[in-house]
Amino acid sequence: MLANQQLKTDKVISPQEMSMNDGITTQREFLAFRLGPEEYGVDALKVQEIRGYGHVTQIPNAMSFIKGVVNLRGLILPIVDMRIKLRLGQPTYDHTTVVVILNIHGRLSGIVVDSVSDVLTLTSDQMTHAPDCDSVINAEYIIGLGSVGERMLILLDIDKLMVSDEMALMDRNTDQHGF
Amino acid sequence: MAFSIDISHFGDMFFEEAQELLEQMESLLLAVNVDCPDKEECNAIFRASHSIKGGCAAFEMDDMVEVTHIMETLLDYIRKGESALTETHVNVFLQAKDVLRRQLKGHREKTPLPPEFAADILRDLHSLASKGDSDNKNKSTTMSNVDMPSPKPVQKLEDLTTVEPEVAEQRSNSHFFRVEMPKIAEDEFNALLSELGAKRHAESSELPNGNIVLQLETDINAEDLIAVCSFLVSPEDIKVTEETAKKFSIDLKEAEAPPMANAQPETENEDFGLFEEFAPPETEHQAREESTPIASAKATAATPPLVAAKTTTGRQDTVMPSGQHSMPENNRPGIERRQQDSPTAIGQDSTSIRVNLDKVDQLINLVGELVITQAMIDQHSDGLDPTVHEALVTSFTTLARNTRDLQEAIMSIRMMPMDFVFSRFPRMTRELAARLGKQVKLVTQGGATELDKGLIERIIDPLTHLVRNAVDHGLEVPSVRAAEGKSEAGTLLLSAAHEGGNIILEVSDDGAGLDRERILAKARENGLSVTDDMPDEEVWQIIFAPGFSTCAEVTDVSGRGVGMDVVKRNISAMGGSVEIHSTRGQGSTIRISLPLTLAILEGMSIKTGEEIYILPLAAVIESLKPNSESTRGVTGKGELIRVREEYLPLIPLHEVFGIRSRFTDPKDGIVVVLEAEGKKAALLVDSLVGQQQVVVKNIESNYRRVSGISGATILGDGNVSLILDIPSLLRMGSHY
Repeated sequence: MLANQQLKTDKVISPQEMSMNDGITTQREFLAFRLGPEEYGVDALKVQEIRGYGHVTQIPNAMSFIKGVVNLRGLILPIVDMRIKLRLGQPTYDHTTVVVILNIHGRLSGIVVDSVSDVLTLTSDQMTHAPDCDSVINAEYIIGLGSVGERMLILLDIDKLMVSDEMALMDRNTDQHGF
Repeated sequence: MAFSIDISHFGDMFFEEAQELLEQMESLLLAVNVDCPDKEECNAIFRASHSIKGGCAAFEMDDMVEVTHIMETLLDYIRKGESALTETHVNVFLQAKDVLRRQLKGHREKTPLPPEFAADILRDLHSLASKGDSDNKNKSTTMSNVDMPSPKPVQKLEDLTTVEPEVAEQRSNSHFFRVEMPKIAEDEFNALLSELGAKRHAESSELPNGNIVLQLETDINAEDLIAVCSFLVSPEDIKVTEETAKKFSIDLKEAEAPPMANAQPETENEDFGLFEEFAPPETEHQAREESTPIASAKATAATPPLVAAKTTTGRQDTVMPSGQHSMPENNRPGIERRQQDSPTAIGQDSTSIRVNLDKVDQLINLVGELVITQAMIDQHSDGLDPTVHEALVTSFTTLARNTRDLQEAIMSIRMMPMDFVFSRFPRMTRELAARLGKQVKLVTQGGATELDKGLIERIIDPLTHLVRNAVDHGLEVPSVRAAEGKSEAGTLLLSAAHEGGNIILEVSDDGAGLDRERILAKARENGLSVTDDMPDEEVWQIIFAPGFSTCAEVTDVSGRGVGMDVVKRNISAMGGSVEIHSTRGQGSTIRISLPLTLAILEGMSIKTGEEIYILPLAAVIESLKPNSESTRGVTGKGELIRVREEYLPLIPLHEVFGIRSRFTDPKDGIVVVLEAEGKKAALLVDSLVGQQQVVVKNIESNYRRVSGISGATILGDGNVSLILDIPSLLRMGSHY
């Protein structure tokens, strides 16, 4: 009985709920990472882990930003280099290269970024809508801007981005590779 | 309160079991010979229906209880020979099974169907039941003598004598059980008793281990008893021993308020010990007819009744010889046979367990990881000097062998017999044949051949298409067959067999065979390029083209031209192939070859550039090092390579995959001759790496489908290697 009550008060607030209750101060955690000159943030709940860049098996005829697939404890998942995707110059791969493993609705994928800084907690009044912000990422995939002191984060709608056609990480319903 | 059990978590188990019981019931119904039904078969159908009813009642699925209850009543008459089994019965029961299946599905998905859904079938069943009743008029009048308790003992004995056959019949149906099981809540216990059809029962005090002992007399056999109990308690916890009526030495409580029998037990026992043992017909009758829970008070802790019981049996012994000599003899063989039956039945039950498929898959994944780890050890130990590290090297060899054995054993868990698929066809062909006015004799062979569960599920649709096609297009109507000198009933043969690392499934009919001219004409009409001198195999392959149908009219069965291309595509997707053999006027055979499992692949690893790829060994014919004269450029068609007097298209893997390779000139690299879907080609690669068994992983679970790639595996060093999809690679290669 007691445990039940506790569970109720500890209810997790989903992002949807948060955006609906804009007036109420809620907070959300973002993983901040750097890509070229800009700092980005993704919902920390979507991040499964952060790894170094290791051997990647190339996928034939894939887009250049899809580096290939790796083995993550028996699971095979694709690695996307966001630096290539966003055309941020010639990427280098060494022991400092970082891969953020995302879990989007049970599908795993890794994104290569320049560096990961920290996890930030943003309250709703620290977040603003930025429909026309100046970024190499299409505004469609941006939730808004977050500001913490001097820092300014571009908050990505990672769910939408990773399943988008331009990332080419999923099969469409239509049969593109027909017989 | 403390003992009450929440039965909801038995739900899944119930649904699985009920589903199985329904399938079992269907196959029994299809197998039963209407003209002279086998008594055991009728009993089995009855038991299936009864067990379903029991479970449904426990889970309060009243709509299903209603249907099964009438079925059970009807089946009860039939198995007792009181009414005859007719074709109508079988048809209505089959329909009822379908209704039940859908109701069950509804309950499982928590969206129960409206009660109207069962209205039609209930009406049909009721009309059958009322017909059966009028047939039984004579018998029930005989019974009514027994129904009315007569105050005069002597007269009663006479009555008993006159209705001897019935009583004997009922007696032999009675079983006496001692059931030991965990204590359950009282209302559940009562529900259980009613489900068990307990005529009389007694419950003794708890045993030291918390179990209770229940003694009861009932119509059902040990197998069903366990089945019914299983809905409430786990089968391992139930201990059932069947006892002969004589040893059944506890004062049984009458399930219903006993009419005369208990009113004056002394006199009854004195004069009619026989009667007491047989259970009063009234009670029995009511117990069978009424499915409402019996409101019997919970038996108080057992008073030691042994002495009383002994005296009863003693008296019975003295009475019986003077009464009916034949009855005990009649009775005993029946019970003894049951006793012989029941241990084996229980034994069979306990040899299998129900395991969630997720757990099996997890086990397979884990063993896959183990195989990879073992491969890693193997790789690392390669450099060890066998003379210095002899013990270590021997241990590694043992480890390798044990790992492989373990993997094989675990893979076999997922294997299922083909009967799982074949069992759905008798019903389908029966109905199809009836609809099309044809006669079909379905023969299945090799139903015990095992195939991976994943493949089994995916083969159902293609096979269904093929069977449907065979009945619709292949087999002729009886008149045509007779005119051609064939037997009126067409034979449809379904077979499964192992052949090497593959399973071969065949669908053959002795019908008209494929019409070469008609296929060619239709192909031209559809704008396909065909020639009159094409070999038969190529002509038959045309029917796999999308939208191709030679059927003059579209029936609701087939002829829309969808189907064969889907069949082909599904089978290719499973890594299999389809061949057709057909002789005009003699029938066609469609032969499907499938790998045994999708999870493990015998592969050949090759290297191009920095990447290692796996080729399925089944597709590899040979590999060779070409010399400079063997290749030849053909304008517009890329290069050809001569392999044993045969020119094959050369597919450079690095070009198809757009990767940088070490060699681009064929004479520097290695070519691997591959065959898929009847086409051959030579794949140019840098070098061969080796041959190994690999665990197939899906890349689509986190990525998308990739042309030329069927999956991936993890190599000994932990890196991912892609498995090549040969048919798709050959198609891609044809552009070069």
